[in-house]
Amino acid sequence: MTAAPQTVPVDKPDIDEASEFARPWVTIVHNDPVNLMSYVTWVFQQLFGYSRDKAELLMLDVHQKGRAVVSAGARERMEHDASRLHTYGLWATVDKQ
Amino acid sequence: MTIFRRVGAECVADFREDEVRVLRKVAEEVVGLLTDGFDREDPVVGRLFPDVYPEDVKNSAEFRRFTEGDLKTAKIDQAGAVLAGLPEAGKGEVRLDTESAQAWLRAINDARLALGIRLELTDDTVVEYELEEALEQDAGSARVFQLSVYSYLGYLQESLLEAVIGANFRR
Repeated sequence: MTAAPQTVPVDKPDIDEASEFARPWVTIVHNDPVNLMSYVTWVFQQLFGYSRDKAELLMLDVHQKGRAVVSAGARERMEHDASRLHTYGLWATVDKQ
Repeated sequence: MTIFRRVGAECVADFREDEVRVLRKVAEEVVGLLTDGFDREDPVVGRLFPDVYPEDVKNSAEFRRFTEGDLKTAKIDQAGAVLAGLPEAGKGEVRLDTESAQAWLRAINDARLALGIRLELTDDTVVEYELEEALEQDAGSARVFQLSVYSYLGYLQESLLEAVIGANFRR
C-alpha cells in the first residue's frame, strides 16, 4: 500500500502584473433561450472562419455549459469580436482567461 | 408557410400578404426601439446591447460610449434590409443576394430576441406549449399573437439559413 501523494502547497505567485502578458483576454459567448443552434454555428463560421465542426463544438459548449470562449487575444481585438457578435445578436462578453 | 429556396446566388421566397404585413410591422417596431423609442432601461435594449464587462460598470460604459452608435446603426440597417426586400404591400416574391440574406438573418434574430424578452422566454420554455396555453386562455390575446409571430420568425430564420448555407456548407 502506498500513501496518498502529498500535495505540496505552492506559494501563489503574484500574477497581477506578470499576467498582463501571460493571460490573454477572451471573448465569451453565453447561452440564451432564443438563438437557434444552427444560427449560432453559422455565426461562428462566419465571423471567425472556423470549420463547421469547430463551430458546432463551440455552439454545443455554449448550449450545454452555458458559455464558451470563442476567441482569445489582445483586449482591443476581443472587444471588436464582442461587438461583431452583438451585431449578430449573440450574447458576448470580454474577460481575462 | 413561406420557405426560402436557393436560386443561383440568391435566396428566393414567395410571401403571402399576411406574412408581408407581419414582417413589415416587426421590422418597423425594431427600428422604433432603436430610434425614437430607444431606452437603455428597456430589457430588450439590454439584450441587444449587452454589457461587455458584466462586473465592471465603468469599463462597460466606456465600451458602450465608443461602440453603441455603430451597433445601433448596424441594427437599424439590417431591419431596413428586411423592409427594403419586402413588397410594399400585398403578397410578392422576395429575392435576396448574399449580403441582404445575411442582413435578414441578423434582423430576424434581433426581432426574435426582442420578442423573447417581451414573452419572458426561458431555456425551459417550449413555445408550442406556451402557445397552446395562451390559446386556451384567450385566443385573441396579444400573447397569442406574439408567440405565433415568434414561432413564425424562428421557422423563417431557419429556412433562410438553410438557403444561405445550402450549397457551401451542407454536410
